[in-house]
Amino acid sequence: MKLSPRKGPPEGLEAESQARCLCYRVTSPGRTVVRRLAHNPSAVAGCMLILSLMLFALIGPSLTPHAYDDQDYDHMREPPSRRFWFGTDEVGRDLFVLMAMGARVSLEVGLFASLISLVIGVGYGAISGWFGGRTDQLMMRIVDTLYGIPLVLIVINLMVILGSGLQNVFLALGFVYWLDMARIVRGQVLRLRTYIYVEAARVVGAGWARVLLRHILPNTLGPIIVTLTLTVPNAIFTESFLSYIGLGVSAPNESWGTLASAGSRLEFLRSSPYLALFPAAAISLAMLAFNFVGDGLRDALDPRHVERQR
Amino acid sequence: MPFVLKRLVTSLVVIWVIITATFVLMKLCPGGPFDRERGLPEAVEKNISARYGLDQPPSRQYLRYVGSLLHGDLGPSYHYQGQSVGRLIAEKFPRSAVIGLLSILFSIGVGVPAGVFCSVRQNRWGDRLTMLITIVGVSVPSFILATLLQYVAAVRWKIFNAAGLTNWYDAILPALALSVYSLAFITRLTRSSFLDVLHDEWVRTAYAKGLAPLRVLVCHVLRNAILPVVTYLGPLTAAVLTGSLVVEKIFSIPGLGGFFVTSVFNRDYPLIMGVTIFYSSLLVALNFLVDMVYVWLDPRISYEGAKTA
Repeated sequence: MKLSPRKGPPEGLEAESQARCLCYRVTSPGRTVVRRLAHNPSAVAGCMLILSLMLFALIGPSLTPHAYDDQDYDHMREPPSRRFWFGTDEVGRDLFVLMAMGARVSLEVGLFASLISLVIGVGYGAISGWFGGRTDQLMMRIVDTLYGIPLVLIVINLMVILGSGLQNVFLALGFVYWLDMARIVRGQVLRLRTYIYVEAARVVGAGWARVLLRHILPNTLGPIIVTLTLTVPNAIFTESFLSYIGLGVSAPNESWGTLASAGSRLEFLRSSPYLALFPAAAISLAMLAFNFVGDGLRDALDPRHVERQR
Repeated sequence: MPFVLKRLVTSLVVIWVIITATFVLMKLCPGGPFDRERGLPEAVEKNISARYGLDQPPSRQYLRYVGSLLHGDLGPSYHYQGQSVGRLIAEKFPRSAVIGLLSILFSIGVGVPAGVFCSVRQNRWGDRLTMLITIVGVSVPSFILATLLQYVAAVRWKIFNAAGLTNWYDAILPALALSVYSLAFITRLTRSSFLDVLHDEWVRTAYAKGLAPLRVLVCHVLRNAILPVVTYLGPLTAAVLTGSLVVEKIFSIPGLGGFFVTSVFNRDYPLIMGVTIFYSSLLVALNFLVDMVYVWLDPRISYEGAKTA
């Protein structure tokens, strides 16, 4: 991707920059992105946060002897201690385990909702951009219309119909958050379909589906990945939002949203603020991490990146 | 101006689509609205259905609903008996509007100057610090912030009331909680938009002919760089609306946001529909206004020429 115009390192350069000069010539696009990401402290911090979050979700529950539905009636709303690392909630459950279960919910929502939005958004955008003309106009007008409505209102309306529950949250979120993806993919396809290599593919007899899947979409991977990464925090936010107002995951299951909602009742805030503090911090950190990584990826994939850094 | 007319027609079509879509969605809901009152005698159930027009075929119901909408009537509420949805919205909305307007004013009033400041001092520590704060601001959800503000400012320091809305003073905390996301976003937006413009040659000319820096910024750069912020007005209002659903609940404010959430749990379909249509129309109207302001701000944009091929 980033080719140095020089044949060899010019004279008078120190060994280190000579080496860098050589490095530049052999890096592949993927490596360039990774290298740029690694030089972006906030993106690195974001990646580490996400990794530790995954770890917490995976092995968190097995670190403590408490199960997430164990109720200890002698220790209700106890502050964090050696026995209960994050304290206990109002029915005597260990908050640490609940938080780990919440991490699972949030990560699942982030993953599945963005995957659904990926499938819908890429399909919609690719078809709209490929066929162009009237089809494109109509399809984009629909997207514009949906943009005009507050998305959370649509999600709430969908949740009213589907009923609460985790799967329904995936569906509702996936059906709403594909708009950005569709717009971006459409723009890319519109640009790429005029390229000569696309024409060549069609000349040798590839059908439109094959051209789209094999030749065009791989070239829009960058913007797709960035949009996908930025959809994740959106999905995590909306899930916790829905759960907070009581429309998300339901009773025996807990997510960060329901935990934050339970902990932020006024009488609890006065006596045991940690009940709201831990889930609140978790939601914010998760969103921060994904936003950091998304922003970092966008910068790393931006071809104008180098000039901007200057 | 045919462009205005065209946009007006599109806006109306959008609102009609929204009305139809919400109506269809509500009809798809499993179970009738009065399922909770089980064991009603059949005659009573029939009477209730007839009272709300539920005994008629859906197409008839739709026509009736749209017909009454044209008269500004959003239908009767299922849950609050004898009250119309329109009356309920008219009663609750002003309180939400006060808080919403306050937070919009706050995010623009602080966000734009902050963004300008950052762009002028690009990459200095003031800019770096502000950018760090704003990315945190973009990431912390409004309901978390509301809880935090409530805990710190009301429970700990006791300088605000923790709940309720009795005078304008009580509106500050919820407005603050609502505005942080948009404030941070506007700051970032203004900064990048100003940075794009600041290096243009006409800016250098303005400086070169001896204008005061503040005058250059306010009179010359602002008008050219403010367009993205104007465009963001629509999403900004949407964000404030969304936030109000839960922030009003946290601060126990008897506004439309909290009321809407309650109506979702009551399965009060006409109310859910009414509020959705009301809010969506508000946003569509706002987006229409934004488009008008856009043309006025930047005469180079003419929508007539931009006919899609």
